[in-house]
This record gives sequence, C-alpha cells and structure tokens, in this order.
Amino acid sequence: MKIGDKIATRETYGKTLVALGETHDFVVLDADLAEATKTVYFKKAFPDRFFDCGIAESNMIGVAAGLAAAGKPVFASSFAMFAAGRAFEQIRNSVAYPHLNVKIAATHAGITVGEDGATHQCNEDIALMRTLPGMLVINPSDAVEAEAAIKFALEHEGPCYLRFGRYAVPVIHDPESYTFTLGKGEVLRDGTDVTIVATGLMVSMALEAAEILAAENTSARVINMATIKPLDSELLEKAARETGAVVTAEEHSVIGGLGSAVAETLSLLYPVPVHRVGVMDSFGRSGKVPPLLKRYGLTPSRIVEKAKLAMAAKR
Amino acid sequence: MEKTSMIDLKKIATQIRMGIIEGVHAAGAGHPGGSLSIADILAYLYFTEMKVDPKDPKNPDRDRLVLSKGHAAPALYATLALKGYFPVEDLKTLRQADSYLQGHPDMKKTPGVDMTSGSLGQGISAACGMALCGKLDKKDYRVYAIVGDGESEEGQVWEAIMFAAHNKLDNLCIVIDHNGLQIDGAIHEIVSPAPFEEKITAFGCHAITMDAHDFDSIEAAFAEAKTVKGKPTVIVSKSVKGKGISFMENLVKWHGSAPNDEQYAQAMAELNNALAAL
Repeated sequence: MKIGDKIATRETYGKTLVALGETHDFVVLDADLAEATKTVYFKKAFPDRFFDCGIAESNMIGVAAGLAAAGKPVFASSFAMFAAGRAFEQIRNSVAYPHLNVKIAATHAGITVGEDGATHQCNEDIALMRTLPGMLVINPSDAVEAEAAIKFALEHEGPCYLRFGRYAVPVIHDPESYTFTLGKGEVLRDGTDVTIVATGLMVSMALEAAEILAAENTSARVINMATIKPLDSELLEKAARETGAVVTAEEHSVIGGLGSAVAETLSLLYPVPVHRVGVMDSFGRSGKVPPLLKRYGLTPSRIVEKAKLAMAAKR
Repeated sequence: MEKTSMIDLKKIATQIRMGIIEGVHAAGAGHPGGSLSIADILAYLYFTEMKVDPKDPKNPDRDRLVLSKGHAAPALYATLALKGYFPVEDLKTLRQADSYLQGHPDMKKTPGVDMTSGSLGQGISAACGMALCGKLDKKDYRVYAIVGDGESEEGQVWEAIMFAAHNKLDNLCIVIDHNGLQIDGAIHEIVSPAPFEEKITAFGCHAITMDAHDFDSIEAAFAEAKTVKGKPTVIVSKSVKGKGISFMENLVKWHGSAPNDEQYAQAMAELNNALAAL
C-alpha cells in the first residue's frame, strides 16, 4: 500500500490477522459477521483457530475472557454497535475488570456504516470504552496505522479496544517509515494559530481543512490522535500553549469521545477554547457515505468553520 | 487423584458451611442461602474430583472452576481456605474494605479463584472459553462451572450452552444449582426456566440429575460426566437453599441477608452438632 490508496481499516484488520497468524498463537472470534469484519480471511487461513460464536455477542466476549484467562490471546470481532454496545457489560465485568488479554476489534464504527442506518451506526463506542479502567482505546486513521496498531495490540498484554471502519479511506502514512507508539499523538502538520486534533477517518479531513485555512493565511497544526486512551496530554498541553485554540474532529458523538477527552484534559492543564466536530447528539440514518458525512458535518469545511470559532474565542 | 472418604467429605462440607456463616456474619451482608446449597458439591470437587494444587494455583494444567453464580463466593472462599489456598481465619474479612475476599469472586485478588464472576450469566461463557483453550492446547484439564437456576433466566447462559454443545466441549461440566429460589421468590413464580433436563438435552448436552446433598449421588454424577464424549455435560443439582441451617432452609429471605448474633450462634451450634455427629 502507498499514500493516497483508499483502503477500509476493516480490510487491513482481516489481512493483518492472517499475517500475524503465521507467527503468533492466538484465536479469533466473530459473531456471524466474518464476511463484513473481514475475519473471514483468518477463518480461511487458520480454520482451527477461528470460532464463529453465532449471533451471540455477549457469549462471545465471555468466551474470549475464558480463553485469555487460560492463557490464549484472542481477538473478538463484531460491529462496534454490538461489541462495545450490546456486550458492554460483558466487556466491563469479564474483560476489563479482571484485566484479561482480550482485543476487542470492532468494525463498522460511526456513521460511515452508510446504508444500514442508525441501528448499526455506533457513535458511542469510544465514550463507552474509555470509561473502563485499564482499557486501551485505539482508533487508527488509515490502513498503515491500523496494521501497526493491530501488531501492537497483539504484543501488548491486557485489554484493548480497536476501532475500524467500513468505508475506504485514504492512506496518509508512509508504510516504510510509520511507527505506532501507544499514547502518543502525531503532529502531521505544524501550525501556530489553531490546533486540529483528529482521530480515525477525520484525520485526512483535518489535513484538508489545514490546507483550506492555509490559503486564508491561517496556520493550523494537525495532530493525529490514534490513541484515545491513554491520551497524549503532554502533546495537547503543548499545542494549547502554542496555538491557543483547539478543534477536535471525530466520527463519533461529540459527547464522551475524543472531543470530551481533549476538553477534560485541557480544562485541567491549560484551558483554551475547544470546539468539537463530530456527531452532534443525534442518531444516524441510511444513505451513501458522502451525503451522510455532509449531513452530519463530518467535513473539512466544518472543521474550518469550528477552527475560526475557536480562534475567535481566544483570550 | 486424592480420594477423600465420605465421612471426611461430610466433615469438610460442614466446615465449609461454618466458613460461610463466619464470613457472612462478620461482613453483616452476603448470600448465605445459595452458598449453603453448593457446599457439598464444592467439598466433592475440591477434595476429590479436581486436579488442583493450592501451592501452585496458576498451574496451566490444573482443572478450573468458574463460580458463575458469583454471589455464592462465601462458599468458594471457605472451600479454598480449607484446601489451603489462604488462612481460614481470613474468611472473617469477607467484604471488608482492605480484604482480598471481595463480595463476588475476583481472580486477580484471591488465590485459587479461576475467574472473576458475579454478573450473572457471564461465568459460564468464560468456562466455555477455558474449555476451548484446553482443547486447542491439547491439554486434559477439565473445567467446571456452577450456574444458579435463577441465573439461567439470563439469555447468555443458553448462548453459552449452545456454544459448548456446538464445539463439543466434553471437557466442560456445568452444574445448575437448582434450589428453586431467587431474590424475588420461587423461580416458578418469577419466570420459570424449567424444565431443565429437556432443555439441556434439546440444546445438545448430556443431562444428569443429582441430589446436591448426597455424596453417592454427587460421585455418580461427576463420574458419569467424565465418561461422556463429544458433548458437554450439564448436571441439574437438586439442592436446598440454606441447607444445613434449620432456620435458613428453603426461605427466600436468606438469599441475601446475614444472620444476627443470635442467629449466628444458633447456626454455628447446629453445625458443631452436625460435625460432632459424624
């Protein structure tokens, strides 16, 4: 893969599992969505280490916990809605509380599920998962970062939530040079007037927004925040001190997700105006992805708009 | 495997009951009824059936037990203490703020606890995962799960049973503690999960019915379970909630309340008499 290619992170997930399966001993579970989550690749490559739990996500998470308790690393996959949502309490009590080595790899997160509509568009998973003590929350921005994060997650001992999308998004990282570091944000573009902190597919839009702002003589810093928990508070504080205004951008509710996490952190360390781009306390709906992104304000132009508001609110 | 005589098992079960009463009385809270109903099963499992070593509680080849009905933790703690995982005196610290004996089992705090449990319906799934791991790693350990009859109103219990049968987990033995009572009343008055045997068989498992307070029946049931190949065994364990304490037996109110000092004294006197009679 190369910069500019359009690849869905779920696709990377499926392929990376197969690559890792050659060298690592782990199990993959799914809940009747293997074709969609792309665990089907692992199923075909390693049928003895793949178990379809059927449409029973609660049991799947419990089985994952038992495998981990007996010493087997495990990836458990479903759509974000049914992993983080349906099985929240199983993740909380059977995985996070005993701090077991389970990777919850959720695909179809956010509004870009598209046509299936609101019942399947999970805009709450980051909020749910980041409240759990000891849970890592990672939301890769592209295929390169997704691959690195999956490798990291397997080698890390402990619970981890990985968030992937259905929709093909542009590769923005150079696969030759990129390295993933847990809890470290990545400055993709330097700037002095405002900082855009983005996660997931909003990162490439943040870069586009910075271009638009540059054309208007505004210098925007762009931070890719793939790890939402633990959050890179040091990098955020530095950005707040140096630019004095922050915009967050996420394909998730503005309540409880990256925007909330950034606001909570900066209100303590270095309060500056923080404006949030995300799903504004509403449910999704069916549609093709481009009109949905526009309708829910998940666009470079909305980031530009909010950046201006944040800058205008500087003291 | 260590064999323990029937008389010794009865003594151990009585001591487990004493440990339950000590813990729940000292805590001033807890679940004596459903703990007392599984005392004999735990005595049998830990002192005859299971391949475990209190000096090596994390041995990867050990048998495992998941107390899916985690509120019966006082029974598990008393059993583990008697087996030598930690001092019996510590049972009195149950539910105290600085104790390693939590209100519900915590695998990270208590030696010998194989799985964190307490939110009903979840432990049985973890037991399936452990049994699956044993199959994958080609190990011969067995996994036991104790599920409450009221707990089986949770849909996840049946998801787990379906999964266990589909994956032919014959190294898994599930015990349903069928004492007939839950917090709000008799299970048949709340939402009846009965009949168990027919459901279990229809779900593809081997069903056995046993008397939870008769060691001949318990021994026969677990021996039969080990002979079953290609499917998990579910033992319907007909028990008496509050078993062994005259004023607690078959009463819903002892599901989740602690004895006062007078009741504690009476309960301990009854158990001491029972022990002396053995």
